[in-house]
Amino acid sequence: MESSAAGAPHALLTAGPDARRRKAVNRFMEVVSTAAAVVAVAVLALVVISVVIKAAPAINLKFITSNPQVSPFGVNTGGIANSIVGSLILIGLATAMAVPVGILVAIYTTEFAGSRVSTTIRFALDILNGVPTIVTGVFVFGILVLGARQSGWAGAIALAIVELPIVARSAQEVLELVPNSLREAGLALGLRRWRIVLRIVLPTAVGGLITGSVLGVARVAGETAPLLLTSSVFSNLGVTTNPSQAMPNIPITIFTLSESAAPQDHAQAWAASLVLILFVLLLSVTARTFHERSRRRLRG
Amino acid sequence: MTASTATVAVRSGLADVRTKLSDRIGEPALRVVSGLAGLLAVALIIWIVYTILHDAHLAISKFGVGFIGSQVWNPNANNGVGSFGALPFIYGTLVSSFIALLIATPTAIAIAIYLTELAPQVVRRPVAILVELLAAIPSVILGLWGILILGPFLGNHLEPFLKSFLGWIPLFSGTPSPYGMLNAALILTIMTVPIVTAISREVFETTPGELKEGAYALGATRWEMVRMVILPVGRPGVVGAVILGLGRAFGEAIAVTQVIGNATQIKASLFAPAGTLAAQIANEYQSANPGLGQSALIYLAGILLVISIIVNVIARLYVRRVRVR
Repeated sequence: MESSAAGAPHALLTAGPDARRRKAVNRFMEVVSTAAAVVAVAVLALVVISVVIKAAPAINLKFITSNPQVSPFGVNTGGIANSIVGSLILIGLATAMAVPVGILVAIYTTEFAGSRVSTTIRFALDILNGVPTIVTGVFVFGILVLGARQSGWAGAIALAIVELPIVARSAQEVLELVPNSLREAGLALGLRRWRIVLRIVLPTAVGGLITGSVLGVARVAGETAPLLLTSSVFSNLGVTTNPSQAMPNIPITIFTLSESAAPQDHAQAWAASLVLILFVLLLSVTARTFHERSRRRLRG
Repeated sequence: MTASTATVAVRSGLADVRTKLSDRIGEPALRVVSGLAGLLAVALIIWIVYTILHDAHLAISKFGVGFIGSQVWNPNANNGVGSFGALPFIYGTLVSSFIALLIATPTAIAIAIYLTELAPQVVRRPVAILVELLAAIPSVILGLWGILILGPFLGNHLEPFLKSFLGWIPLFSGTPSPYGMLNAALILTIMTVPIVTAISREVFETTPGELKEGAYALGATRWEMVRMVILPVGRPGVVGAVILGLGRAFGEAIAVTQVIGNATQIKASLFAPAGTLAAQIANEYQSANPGLGQSALIYLAGILLVISIIVNVIARLYVRRVRVR
């Protein structure tokens, strides 16, 4: 190595084999990292494109606006109107429970609780977020369905338990970004804490609170496991608006159709997937865009 | 004039009383209501653990801890009473998740490094969002994709290919099949990559700039800087991220039950159908007989719950350590 460099003055300026090796390793690793990112994006594209292509034969206005019709061969030839209505009601009920409670939890931990209590609640939320959603389903099954029957309420409560920690944690993050100087200004004017929260903190943070809640909705919209044990066995194929009965919903419909052996059912499953994926991705993309913006504004 | 000042005084006095009154109600009201919400969050965890243990009581008292080591899962044994054991599902849960993380971890770290060090500013946010959207795809849709697209590809192409080259390793022996451990592991990989990437990226971004510049000043190449600064500094966070991903993989029920083949067996081959704790609950809840069968499924849920609580506590401790710094 050294002998080749010796005697030739310009050799000092050209890279030796060691430097060349280091450069090659560097280049290789850069290519590997870039390839990994390309693969991840490609997998996303692959899944979304498969859904779009495979859904094409079955998706049309009738699919969205009519109820399922089971043909004499046991194959679904209708649409998924009942599942769309059911999903909207289930998600609506779950969100109506999870969002107020989640924001209240966040208010308590950031505005009222001492640091030890607040750490405990945060920890509980993290653990709750880590509970497998099928276990949440088993829990709600145990307290509401066992000895009674499946119902929209049971499904909505199971979804709410999944949604609660997501909403609460993101609300905490947003409330913590509200500058303390604003709270102190309120205190200096002689306001009590509850007025500061309602008049100053919440209005300042409202954008972030909404986007956090939308992300929660996007997450539970596709949840299947909590509904499997709580709202998956339906008495009829029509639209149900009464939450005291089990409510048909898109995730369970996809799940059931996907387990079928009939190709027509698979086409329906893809079409229902397209409806669900559009809903979920639209919510996530808008929420994420706004999320970034409202955070930047709060940071100033 | 005097009359009007008097009314103003009276009015402001009234307003004062009203403010004081609403303060006297509003202040404790918000404190109590929000405190109750906080209490609910903590109580929910305890309530979930209690309910699961309570409903699994029948199976726990019948099989005891031996349930964990037993390989039998036969709802029709003993004249329909049933005999149950969790070992095949514990094995399936561990193997499918470990394979998933074995693939997902290096991939996610590479993506995070690309996003923090290599990518041009313009593509950084869009690519990061796209990777995170992968996590937003509902698991039931990934499962459908696993059944109809990934499964046939595995059964007809990848598995015969792996078998012809690596068939002497038990993992790649056996009959290729569209549904089994490998399909489940790959679907779990897709689900965990975005989770590990998001946290790793956050962790890598907090690497102090002076350390990076120091490495460059010593003549390090970009990769050497990554290897000697970013990876060691970010290690606890990445470990936490991987454990969190593991927790997610352990608990996935729907997508796994769709593609794993739902078999109660322990096979070395990755091509063979298997089962996991979560998938078994999703697969059998409807057919389980209301007595012991149901209780045994809830026992499985209890084991899964305990594992995920432990995994999450460990992961949070790791991730928090980085955040604090």
